[in-house]
Amino acid sequence: MPMKISIDAKRCQGHGRCYDLAPELFGEDEEGYGVVLRDGIVAPDAQAQARLAVLNCPESAIDAEEGE
Amino acid sequence: MTIDDRFDTDFEERRRGRIDGVRNEVITGPVSDWTTDFSHHEPEYFQDPYPILDDLRERCPIAHTGRYGGGWLPTKYEDVAAIAYDTDHFSSRAIIMSNFRPPTDLAPVGGSPPISSDPPFHHDARKLLLPAFTKAAVAKLEPATRAYCHALIDAFGDRKDVDAAAEYAQHIPMRVICEMLGFPLEDGPRFRVFIENALEGVNAPPDERIERMRLLFDYLLDQIRDHVANPREDLTQYLIEAELYGQKLDPFHIAGTMSLLLIAGIDTTWSAIGASLWHLAQTPEDRRRLVAEPALLPTAMEEFLRVYAPVTMARLVKEDMHWRGVDMKADDWILLSFPAANRDPAQFDRAGEVVIDREVNKHAAFGLGIHRCIGSHLARMELRVALEVWLERLPEFTLADADGVHWAPGQVRGPRTLPLRLA
Repeated sequence: MPMKISIDAKRCQGHGRCYDLAPELFGEDEEGYGVVLRDGIVAPDAQAQARLAVLNCPESAIDAEEGE
Repeated sequence: MTIDDRFDTDFEERRRGRIDGVRNEVITGPVSDWTTDFSHHEPEYFQDPYPILDDLRERCPIAHTGRYGGGWLPTKYEDVAAIAYDTDHFSSRAIIMSNFRPPTDLAPVGGSPPISSDPPFHHDARKLLLPAFTKAAVAKLEPATRAYCHALIDAFGDRKDVDAAAEYAQHIPMRVICEMLGFPLEDGPRFRVFIENALEGVNAPPDERIERMRLLFDYLLDQIRDHVANPREDLTQYLIEAELYGQKLDPFHIAGTMSLLLIAGIDTTWSAIGASLWHLAQTPEDRRRLVAEPALLPTAMEEFLRVYAPVTMARLVKEDMHWRGVDMKADDWILLSFPAANRDPAQFDRAGEVVIDREVNKHAAFGLGIHRCIGSHLARMELRVALEVWLERLPEFTLADADGVHWAPGQVRGPRTLPLRLA
């Protein structure tokens, strides 16, 4: 199943939980706001990590869309 | 070359004009009813606030007080979050609930930007500081922080009885922020006095507090003038040279931001390190597990931050309004308790327990919304390194004297004395 992650920049406040918990999927910009690395498509073996980032974002700023 | 005269006599005159504001009668003494008369500066609260907050959350849930000129204490996560997000109705013009309200025209900048600032100014003042506090930026400070933690433990020598708050926890953030700001390392003991006045002494007569605050700003001005005369590379220099809206920063902006970084940079992390060690000293199963599984520490640390969140913020209500069942008046305080939010059973399973392998932990220890603690990455680095080094060097320790643990009163809570016995 493909999964696509994205960050709502209007909600993100730079807590950095996503890039702490899933550093292969998320990084920080020069001000500490979260960014999705590459195209945001998450390989099956990294999807648990992506879900952990979603569930730990204090601002609920991350979306993980699970495909068909 | 132009001379930077922002910090000369004009500054002194303007400073005198800034102490106008509203003072109210100071009321101290035992609380009669926590729902109508709460105070975060009474021993019952600062020794152990959690039973009080839990009780209020169940039966109130937004407590009121006539002390401090009037204020409210919401205890549910959803109410704390709603206020943190609502900068239209709640101002950060003052963020320490005390007996003095600064004049309204201090907004939107406030006395210590950006924590005291409201939108839209807040965003621009914060943006200036963000690059210095990213995870990548603070990672560069990790090796020196680790070496310093080792040196503090080396200094224990052969002693078996140590004060982990006074001899360890407090020094770590003090040293780091001192180096970031470019202040003399030997000035640490003075910072402790500044912190106590700003955060703990809020029930001292307002004019006495203002006078003591003047001493802090005198100190900061000395540091600024020294940097103007002898430029170097640090945060103080950066602020002196920074520009906003095409101009150098107002001197009050610079000194206010420095006061914020100095005070908030020290006592918060000092409290988090101390509270974590306090927990481990009396919870041998958690201590042994972290010694055996160091990789669990980042997860455990988030749980310590949730359950012993050191920081409570404050807001001022902008206009009279009816809000979630209570009638708030303009300039009422809001005591914005992240510790209360973090123990709300509606938000967390087993909210009152310490679960060191809690994987999902959307706590609010660093705040929510636009005022997210700017030093959170620094604090996490310091806390992790402090605990890693301690557990590696001193894996066996207990609380030597439970009655000898003293917690700081006020909005930043952590142990200020923590007598431990080393094995």
